[in-house]
Amino acid sequence: MTSTTESPSGTGRIVKTVDRVVIRFAGDSGDGMQVTGDRFTNESAIFGNDLSTLPNFPAEIRAPAGTLAGVSAFQVHISDHDILTPGDAPNVLVAMNPAALRANVGDLPAGGSIVLNSDAFDERALEKAGYSSDPRRDGSLSSFKVYEVPMTSLTLEACKPTGAKPRDAERSKNFFALGLLSWLYHRPIDVTIGWIVERYGKSPVVVEANTLAFKAGYHFGETAELFDFSYEIAPAEHEKGTYTNITGNTALAWGLVAAAQLSSVPLFLGSYPITPASDILHELSKHKNFGVRTLQAEDEIAGIGAALGAAFGGALGVTTTSGPGIDLKSETVGLAVSLELPLLIVDIQRGGPSTGLPTKTEQSDLLHVMFGRHGEAPVPVVAAKTPSHCFEAAIEAARIALKYRTPVYLLSDGYLANGSEPWRIPAVEELPKISVDFAPARPEGADGKAEPFRPYERDRETLARSWAVPGTPGLEHRIGGLEKQDVTGEVSYDPENHERMVHLRAAKVAGIAKDIPLVEVDDPEGGARVLLLGWGSTYGAIRAAALRVRAGGRQVAQAHLVHLNPFPANLGEVLTSYERVVVPEANLGQLTKLVRADFLVDARPLTKVQGTPFRVAEIEQAVLEALAELEAPSGGEDS
Amino acid sequence: MTDLAVPVTTRKDWASDQDVRWCPGCGDYSILAAMQLLLPDLGVRRENTVFVSGIGCAARFPYYMNTYGMHSIHGRAPAIATGLAVSRPDLDIFVVSGDGDALSIGGNHLIHALRRNVNITILLFNNQIYGLTKGQYSPTSEVGKVTKSTPFGSLDTPFNPVSLALGAEASFVARTHDMDRKHMQEMFRRAHEHKGAALVEVYQNCNVFNDGAFDQVTGRATREEMLIPLEHGKPIRFGAEGHKGVVMNDQGQLSIVEVEGVGEDALVIHDERRADPGLAFALSRLALGPHEPTPMGVFRAVERPDYGSQMDAQLLEASSRKGPGDLAALLSSGTTWTV
Ligand code: SF4
Repeated sequence: MTSTTESPSGTGRIVKTVDRVVIRFAGDSGDGMQVTGDRFTNESAIFGNDLSTLPNFPAEIRAPAGTLAGVSAFQVHISDHDILTPGDAPNVLVAMNPAALRANVGDLPAGGSIVLNSDAFDERALEKAGYSSDPRRDGSLSSFKVYEVPMTSLTLEACKPTGAKPRDAERSKNFFALGLLSWLYHRPIDVTIGWIVERYGKSPVVVEANTLAFKAGYHFGETAELFDFSYEIAPAEHEKGTYTNITGNTALAWGLVAAAQLSSVPLFLGSYPITPASDILHELSKHKNFGVRTLQAEDEIAGIGAALGAAFGGALGVTTTSGPGIDLKSETVGLAVSLELPLLIVDIQRGGPSTGLPTKTEQSDLLHVMFGRHGEAPVPVVAAKTPSHCFEAAIEAARIALKYRTPVYLLSDGYLANGSEPWRIPAVEELPKISVDFAPARPEGADGKAEPFRPYERDRETLARSWAVPGTPGLEHRIGGLEKQDVTGEVSYDPENHERMVHLRAAKVAGIAKDIPLVEVDDPEGGARVLLLGWGSTYGAIRAAALRVRAGGRQVAQAHLVHLNPFPANLGEVLTSYERVVVPEANLGQLTKLVRADFLVDARPLTKVQGTPFRVAEIEQAVLEALAELEAPSGGEDS
Repeated sequence: MTDLAVPVTTRKDWASDQDVRWCPGCGDYSILAAMQLLLPDLGVRRENTVFVSGIGCAARFPYYMNTYGMHSIHGRAPAIATGLAVSRPDLDIFVVSGDGDALSIGGNHLIHALRRNVNITILLFNNQIYGLTKGQYSPTSEVGKVTKSTPFGSLDTPFNPVSLALGAEASFVARTHDMDRKHMQEMFRRAHEHKGAALVEVYQNCNVFNDGAFDQVTGRATREEMLIPLEHGKPIRFGAEGHKGVVMNDQGQLSIVEVEGVGEDALVIHDERRADPGLAFALSRLALGPHEPTPMGVFRAVERPDYGSQMDAQLLEASSRKGPGDLAALLSSGTTWTV
């Protein structure tokens, strides 16, 4: 909360105006913290704040209640100006039990506020959380402002009129917390009340209990003399338009629907449930009225196999997964490279190797999708950079797949998938058109035979072969994973032909560089020595770090890649014009390796693999260190 | 795709210009001939016909058909065909597979295509050996099989493809063999007519690595006493003048008897349409291998909605309920606010 102005409210309480706040809701995974955070986010979005969110939940569906392993949290950053990240650290921590406090308090800077459910701090719960003494009494929270609210008992009291059993009524306590925070930050409440009715409409008792608990929380804030202040955060200035708050997975699913509509090619999804990609399968399964066919396959391999079969039949075949699924799909991706059919493979990356950290974010599949196939098997790669950008990235990946008849990898990650931000809804007319030509039927000649069809004849410009779908008379042909004779597509073991085909497939993918935008560099004064280069979900943190470095009077350039294979045509030129390239990535330096290999530049990774996104301060620090090194007396580096 | 009558074709129209490269004498030749000769009679169009295969000797089949075809990857043909069939209900799709391809590396895809009842016809060429990799035992090889990879004899109990398919909820299961073109064609025709997933096991001789594996059942000299023809609605009889028959005891077990001893009325009447797969399963267990009298024909043919049609129905229903997809409406379907 950087700047504040104060004014007395009608109730005699002081209202402070702040320009931004980061709130973290934390509780047991059964406490409904994701719903609470999500609702607070929606209230804020509708109020007009800019915002960014970071859900953080355990892999276990119900880890033992009250333990550190079972803590689920949702962080939301709201502000009156354009923001890029969910915030480095919370200003306010809402802790529903001791475990939630213990797991999160370390992130809270001194002076931060803690709102805790005092009913949950009994001896047993403290012990489960690993506290040997009550942190409220032993002085360990002395650097924070602590607000103790008996949320459970107040919720039970509020829900009495519903007649719900205490066990059931208690479950509404997250709405009490939401109500309290809604009062504290002047959020509009009708949005949430409307949502409760819509969401729980089938069960009137639950609607009533949640509504009563929510209102009780709100009124508690107003009447209890606990808080000296309440806070206002003015709406941010946004470009004119209609907005919605969107997560990466929803944006990606809608992008796929849009790509199918824009190209008039029906969408087929073959997918196997996997965290954190399943929500795309769920979302697309709702949209059957768009002609979207979804198949929950028997395994990852069948998911992509079915998508490829559908592509052979003239559909936009898509498969969605995360790293472990990519391992299994690699064989079919190779087949798609050989068949030269359009196919979209969506990888929502998570921590690896193996099962790794299913619910945590990482960017460690880049080299896998670049090279994880036997043989020379180039595949274009597109990466989304923010939750809402997943929409555009999906359309772009589909465009490349359809135009160049190639499998394309679309990378997102757990952070983008579940994180959300306001998105200005584009008009359908603003979206790019995607034109797809299927090979036309071939009429029979005088002898009753059609000219022989040559499935591997290529478009001169794109090097794409034609898309000849079953059902078209005169185009009957056989394709497969064996090497094919150039042009005719017949099986060929000829060594020179193989070499030609390897080069053709490589040239086709490399040629896409002519058809994608140049990478833009943000270097306002033009004198920067250090370039921050990023890809994927690090965008927000990198951009915010660059702005902060500049605010501190230093120069730094910043560029972000959406296309990772091929790279934009000007990337080499851009990279070689800086003395140092710093690449923040949530892996051990995968993009760094690629740019060093391709361009012989002094690129250095800033790595982080903790399952959480970069903090702005971490990147800012790396830039300042790079600058200091460059400015050190020469020879300093060798000593 | 059009209203025009299906053009008259001959075998030549269905054969591609590729040289057939199976070993001379391989059973695959007669299966290919049976199929190419049958297709002109099936009332299908070349451009609407697709053969999808995996890897193995059998998987070369699509190259020899002048239709659409895909020679894909090992074991995955049923999965690929599923995506194609679901998105293109107008096509006639055949999957050609072998015992290694369908039952070993691709076992999972096979059983799921069957249980979903995807509208495809699966031909499983069973030669009880790996041919293309030069002679290792397969998941249908008999226990104790001595091959390059099992010099002391194989240890694993084989699959019975018909039992497996029945256990996987298949709505159509048949068995035929490469020595009887007419019977193959009858089985292929029935399988093709069946709406939903149809599996036909074809006993196929690999004369290079497993010659004569099915001779006792399929050979002309022994066939009469070893091959049990299944005909719907008829008592199950075989042998010279039908002197042998199949009876069921009160435990539901089948056995082979001399008809003379029990009378024809005691014989099991074959019923491929029985909802309960018990009889079909019992028949599939009658022979432990192709060295005992073995049933041939349609084991089971029941009607069950196919996967693609059901998905189409869901799509139609969604459109009539919600109206055709409107992209602008979708993008605004969340909570929105205007600046
Ligand atoms: S190896 Fe056996 S199955 Fe394969 S082509 Fe030769 S004979 Fe036929």
